[in-house]
Amino acid sequence: MSVSKGIDPRGPRVGASITAVLLAAVVLLGASTAGLWLLTFIMLSFVLGTLRGAEGSWQGMLFKKFVRPRLSPPGELEDRRPPRFAQGVGLFVTAVGVLLGFFGVLPAVPIAAAVAFVAAALNAVVGLCLGCEMYLLMRRAGLVRA
Amino acid sequence: MLGQVIALVVLVLGTAALGVWWSARQGAVRAPRETPVGVDWASSGIALADRVTFVQFSAEVCAACRSTSRVLGGLTRSAADVGHRELLVDDHLDLVRSLGVLRTPTVLVVDGGGQEVARMSGVVSDTQARQALSRIPAAVAEADGEGQS
Repeated sequence: MSVSKGIDPRGPRVGASITAVLLAAVVLLGASTAGLWLLTFIMLSFVLGTLRGAEGSWQGMLFKKFVRPRLSPPGELEDRRPPRFAQGVGLFVTAVGVLLGFFGVLPAVPIAAAVAFVAAALNAVVGLCLGCEMYLLMRRAGLVRA
Repeated sequence: MLGQVIALVVLVLGTAALGVWWSARQGAVRAPRETPVGVDWASSGIALADRVTFVQFSAEVCAACRSTSRVLGGLTRSAADVGHRELLVDDHLDLVRSLGVLRTPTVLVVDGGGQEVARMSGVVSDTQARQALSRIPAAVAEADGEGQS
């Protein structure tokens, strides 16, 4: 991994749009085993993104390999911490759905996918930043430490 | 299957509506929040500029804070009596609570007397920052010097 000052801000947004499409597919699959497996796959993708940063997830790799070469260089680079925080939030939401699903509560699968879809789609389309919206609330509630 | 398709359509429409609403709120100049007591900015280590200070609450995981900081910093450099102070919410949780700050970036527009005159939250554009600035009469501050009542 190269030590860079930042990442191309378009990378996480392209990744979020791929994730949003997959989450929409989970909603279509409904409360089913197929939906549970697809959500599990998405959750594992978030594990990768949380550990390695959004640019280290497979969606980030796809962006780097196939999308970025076709774009002009980014106007400015972005800190990698905000998208990584968002990956962690995605991991939490999908993990709740996956756990409940494996304990037999299958309706939790499309519901968790729907919640994650809202965040991923808004991130992709209008640039919603979960770290901006949620970090302070979590901090105030004592859920995270600095 | 029909039920799932309907669910997805509703979800997409709801998300779109949320996106429009969220985008419209970004950086919008709003009225100040009622603060029962005046804030002692100096005791929090915040030196106010003569006319107006943008007090920006930021976090490390907040991407919009960076661009907002650039916009406000640029504006500050073009006017001597306008200041920009950026605080990390982690270091000022008490201030965050007493001022009712819920998200980052939140920018309070504070006049020379320490009174909040407007606030903005979400990414702030140059136009919005200038709009907030226009809420403080420059002429009065310049004519009176420090003689503000």
